[in-house]
Amino acid sequence: METAYLIETVIKIVAVLLIFSALAGLGTYFERKVLAFMQRRLGPMNVGPYGLLQIAADGIKLFTKEDIIPTGVVARIFKIAPVITAATAFMAAAAIPFLPSFTLFGYTVNPIISDINIGILYILGIMGVGLYGPLLGGMASANKYSLISAARGAAVFISYEVITGLSILAPIMMVGSLSLVDFNNYQAGGIGDWIIWSQPVAFVLFWIAAFAETGRTPFHLVANDHEIIDGFGTEYSGMRWGLFFIGEYANMFFISFIIPLIFLGGFGDGSFLGALAFLGKVAFFFFFFLWTRAAWPDVRPDQLMWLCWKVLMPIAVINVVITGFVMMF
Amino acid sequence: MHSEHNEQVITKEVPVKKGYYLVDIEDYPTDGWGKFKRVVKRTLRGELFVGLWVVLREMIKFDIHTIQYPAEKMPIGPRYRAVHEMKRLLESDTERCIGCGLCEKICISNCIRMDTRYDENSRKEVSEYSINLGRCIFCGYCAEVCPELAITHGGRYENASEQREHFIVYEDMLTPIDQMKAGTQQEFQGFGSITPHEDERVKKTPLAY
Ligand code: SF4
Ligand code: SF4
Repeated sequence: METAYLIETVIKIVAVLLIFSALAGLGTYFERKVLAFMQRRLGPMNVGPYGLLQIAADGIKLFTKEDIIPTGVVARIFKIAPVITAATAFMAAAAIPFLPSFTLFGYTVNPIISDINIGILYILGIMGVGLYGPLLGGMASANKYSLISAARGAAVFISYEVITGLSILAPIMMVGSLSLVDFNNYQAGGIGDWIIWSQPVAFVLFWIAAFAETGRTPFHLVANDHEIIDGFGTEYSGMRWGLFFIGEYANMFFISFIIPLIFLGGFGDGSFLGALAFLGKVAFFFFFFLWTRAAWPDVRPDQLMWLCWKVLMPIAVINVVITGFVMMF
Repeated sequence: MHSEHNEQVITKEVPVKKGYYLVDIEDYPTDGWGKFKRVVKRTLRGELFVGLWVVLREMIKFDIHTIQYPAEKMPIGPRYRAVHEMKRLLESDTERCIGCGLCEKICISNCIRMDTRYDENSRKEVSEYSINLGRCIFCGYCAEVCPELAITHGGRYENASEQREHFIVYEDMLTPIDQMKAGTQQEFQGFGSITPHEDERVKKTPLAY
């Protein structure tokens, strides 16, 4: 039993790592294509059919580029920072059920690495640690733009942790558990049971905060190209920069898994159709990340802080209070 | 006196054209309640969704404007000034250049070098002619000054070289004799000539909208 469990877990970890590293690459391809189509362009076309092998070309380029450590940087921290980003992104995946459990060769597989009873808390915590990637990378870079980006990153991530935590508190109170599997089972009864109907405010808040947590476009000021070049990534090149990139895209994917799991019924009753619907929801939320990037402008840092502390946080607190009252009476 | 005159000009009644209207720009709110109202109004106006719809519409319409360059090319205008060409005479198929040297003289970047000699019929003949394309700024003066319409600009704009001094000599520029015999020499259409298919691409000037 113990050995079987160990082997199963190791296989799951390797599968998640491989699949989501590949998906991160595929994500960049989709992003380029979707953005291109929305801007009446074609996007990558020349490497492979419809530019599909562009991912491979990018991968080869990133892996074989010289690993440059500029003079003046704090080398140790500079080297470790991208690893933190990528590692925390993947660590958060440990508590996410990616699919309903299915039977493979008479063996029941739960596509979750570990169904710990503090799943959401763990994910939020790990995402909080993910802040250290941009922060340390930016501070160690000896580059003023990186430093600005690190400061912004710290401010944004810490502020929006508050929103994430508070907005998710109300659903947690309703479900009475921190495990994402329990969340899913709570909503297994069909569309009418989805938490989004009872907690629409929490849903919108969490979604907004997800943009800040992943640093995607309306809140992309951590690496705002036209102001601060590539922010904390300015001094990075080759695979170290690639790790930041994989981290960012893996984060996007994981958030896209978490939002439907918490609010939109997840994979429902665990049937094949439910699993398909779940993947559809995930795809929509990932697409929405790309969609907003084509459509919306970035907000200023001060506007972002204003939005967080003066608008979203009060709403989140009020939402929690109201939920509490409704549950009490 | 002068200022009075100015005031007169400003206060003059501007005739309001049909369909024109002044954009209503509200004053910025100064008190808290006004700011709050503005935030609520902006939040509920749903402009973000308009933006989302616009890009999604373009994606669905799939009206792609990309020109896949090495495979597809835009037609370039006859006035385009790329690598030079030397023309032949239409009647006798001999070279048009009379070796007058005007192009060498006028070239502002001094990149044309030529030499002439008498041929067996005691006529002036170009013996050497080269243009340093690394220096040429493609100003078109040589083509403009040529009395014989011998040197003109062609449409060959894709050049690559291993060094900065990239020369082109007379023989490279001269219309090949077989092409001349086939009657396919491209004449310079003259200054002010328009790009092919220009008629279809003509649009109203923005002022007319
Ligand atoms: S185009 Fe101008 S610079 Fe070039 S050869 Fe002619 S005169 Fe000289
Ligand atoms: S190309 Fe024209 S300007 Fe130049 S030498 Fe010949 S005839 Fe004269």
